[in-house]
Amino acid sequence: MQHESAIREPLILGHRTYHDITEDIARPIEGKANKYWYLVFTIAVCAFTWGIGCLFYTIGTGIGAWGANKTVGWAWDITNFVWWIGIGHAGTLISAVLLLFRQKWRMAINRSAEAMTIFAVMCAAIFVTMHTGRPWLDYWLFPHANQFGSLWVNFNSPLLWDVFAVSTYFSISLVFWYTGLIPDFATIRDRAVKPMSKKIYKFLSFGWSGRAKDWTRFEEVSLVLAGLSTPLVFSVHSIVSMDFATSIVPGWHTTIFPPYFVAGAIFSGFAMVETLLLIVRKVLSLEHYITVKHMEYMNIVIILTGSMVGVAYLSELFISWYSGVEYEAYAFLNRATGPYWWSYAGMMTCNVISPQLYWFKKIRTSLTATFILSIVVNIGMWFERFVIIVTSLHRDYIPSSWTMYHPTWIEVGIFTGTIGMFFTFFLLFARVFPVIALNELKTILKISGESYKKEAANAAHH
Amino acid sequence: MSAKTIIHGIYNDEEKLKEGAIQLRSARIRVKEVFSPFPIHGIDPIIGVDRTWISICCFIYGLTGMSLALLMTWYMMVGDWPADIGGKPSMAFYMAIPAFIPVTFESTVFCAGHGMAITFFLRSWILPGVSPKNPDPRTTDDMFLMEIEAKPEDESRIVAMLKASGAAEVNVK
Repeated sequence: MQHESAIREPLILGHRTYHDITEDIARPIEGKANKYWYLVFTIAVCAFTWGIGCLFYTIGTGIGAWGANKTVGWAWDITNFVWWIGIGHAGTLISAVLLLFRQKWRMAINRSAEAMTIFAVMCAAIFVTMHTGRPWLDYWLFPHANQFGSLWVNFNSPLLWDVFAVSTYFSISLVFWYTGLIPDFATIRDRAVKPMSKKIYKFLSFGWSGRAKDWTRFEEVSLVLAGLSTPLVFSVHSIVSMDFATSIVPGWHTTIFPPYFVAGAIFSGFAMVETLLLIVRKVLSLEHYITVKHMEYMNIVIILTGSMVGVAYLSELFISWYSGVEYEAYAFLNRATGPYWWSYAGMMTCNVISPQLYWFKKIRTSLTATFILSIVVNIGMWFERFVIIVTSLHRDYIPSSWTMYHPTWIEVGIFTGTIGMFFTFFLLFARVFPVIALNELKTILKISGESYKKEAANAAHH
Repeated sequence: MSAKTIIHGIYNDEEKLKEGAIQLRSARIRVKEVFSPFPIHGIDPIIGVDRTWISICCFIYGLTGMSLALLMTWYMMVGDWPADIGGKPSMAFYMAIPAFIPVTFESTVFCAGHGMAITFFLRSWILPGVSPKNPDPRTTDDMFLMEIEAKPEDESRIVAMLKASGAAEVNVK
């Protein structure tokens, strides 16, 4: 059996057996939801419904219902698209990249992080399908046989690469997530008492029996999917950044964009995972599994990616001056001191300064501080996309067409709606799906469980 | 030919099961199947489960995906209707190919990932509506089950071996 150094902190607290793990994680599914769950769920559904209303209004009226105009052609739609896609990246990072690096702490958090990825990409998809203006013609984005005189899509365009990247990313993430869920659904199925839930979980678990050969294949599939998802997740946000970087708009025309966007995506994604998990561990009483140590590890990733984002901001600023291109220089001067200075200041404070607080161990291991800072980071990352998109566009080459962008209540409604949709789905997930990969967690119980580690340490002394 | 009996050795610890399996193997008794709530590392060579070829299948699916994408981009951008877009003419495939790398990569990953998952589901026959085959519901919780198909005359010997290796329960059918 594998052993772990005694100085590594345990990942499963208290004395737990295999059966305890099953019990603890199945409890929220089998029990009844408390009143807080219903309260939050009601609010989320209301926001979601409002969003649907605003979506229908946009479809009926056209995107003139939004604040975007001739100069600022992309605004809240693409800001929100990039924001949501970025949030999604942490899920794949936790499940795939940390699997390749054999980080055991991923096991308690990967399931909910992957669920978050899927819901976030769904929210992102709403914006990107709506921003075309005629969403009923969105199938034109895919290459298909047509009667337009053999008119194909343009494979030179990053916008088309994005269509391929986002759809591959969504479908591969979904398969990865569901494959991992199958054995856990089988556990719930074999425990189920009510005939209806037995039937549902029997269907969801695809008849999983846990044979040795199935497990061998399962592990190989997980490992290879992780190997495929790792370059995939980097490619997706690189391609999203190329939507901007391959254009010649001052402020967008930067080769640093792909790594900078990927770092930013991981940064905001981990922040969102923290926000969700801090709520989940409390509401579902999973403090033994999602520990302070897990939060500390995620905060360390946040310091790293936050610093990378900070370096990117500063080098962008430096290069705009050093390039000697007056349009580039003006675009950045305008960001910092123009009419949208407050969004630039917000971005700098939330993304560059606030994560540096995690250098203090007291802050990095405080759950209250982590919760607050995780929300601050997400606000900051939203501002980042707003700064890149709106401030670069609103003052273009011809001063006569300079303008301001103000969101309409329809746009605000759609954005609020996607947040509502995200939480609606996540709350449903927390009620009917095992929120922790419980069977995978059992594999580290004897290695990283607190009581087992103590036993091993005692045995070593004698 | 005499009828065979099925013996289930149920353990509450995966290491004990592994020990039991090693003892059975040295007594030349074949373990038919092992059911466990999570993968038991190192059990495969003991009970004679071969390595899986699924990653090689995945590589072939990936190559297929890559070829399809190259064929598609060549046909649509060069073969069928070469267009000069933004001063980047697509008159020859080798000149235009850098712009097609992202789509080719995505298509490779798409086919490799989905192809492998579908192969896994079909080969292990885990599909919606399939009935589970684990003989005891506790094997998805905290129990590890070893299934042995034996001749009736070997029955008592095997039961004794299973009990000696620490099986919590032994059932004979």
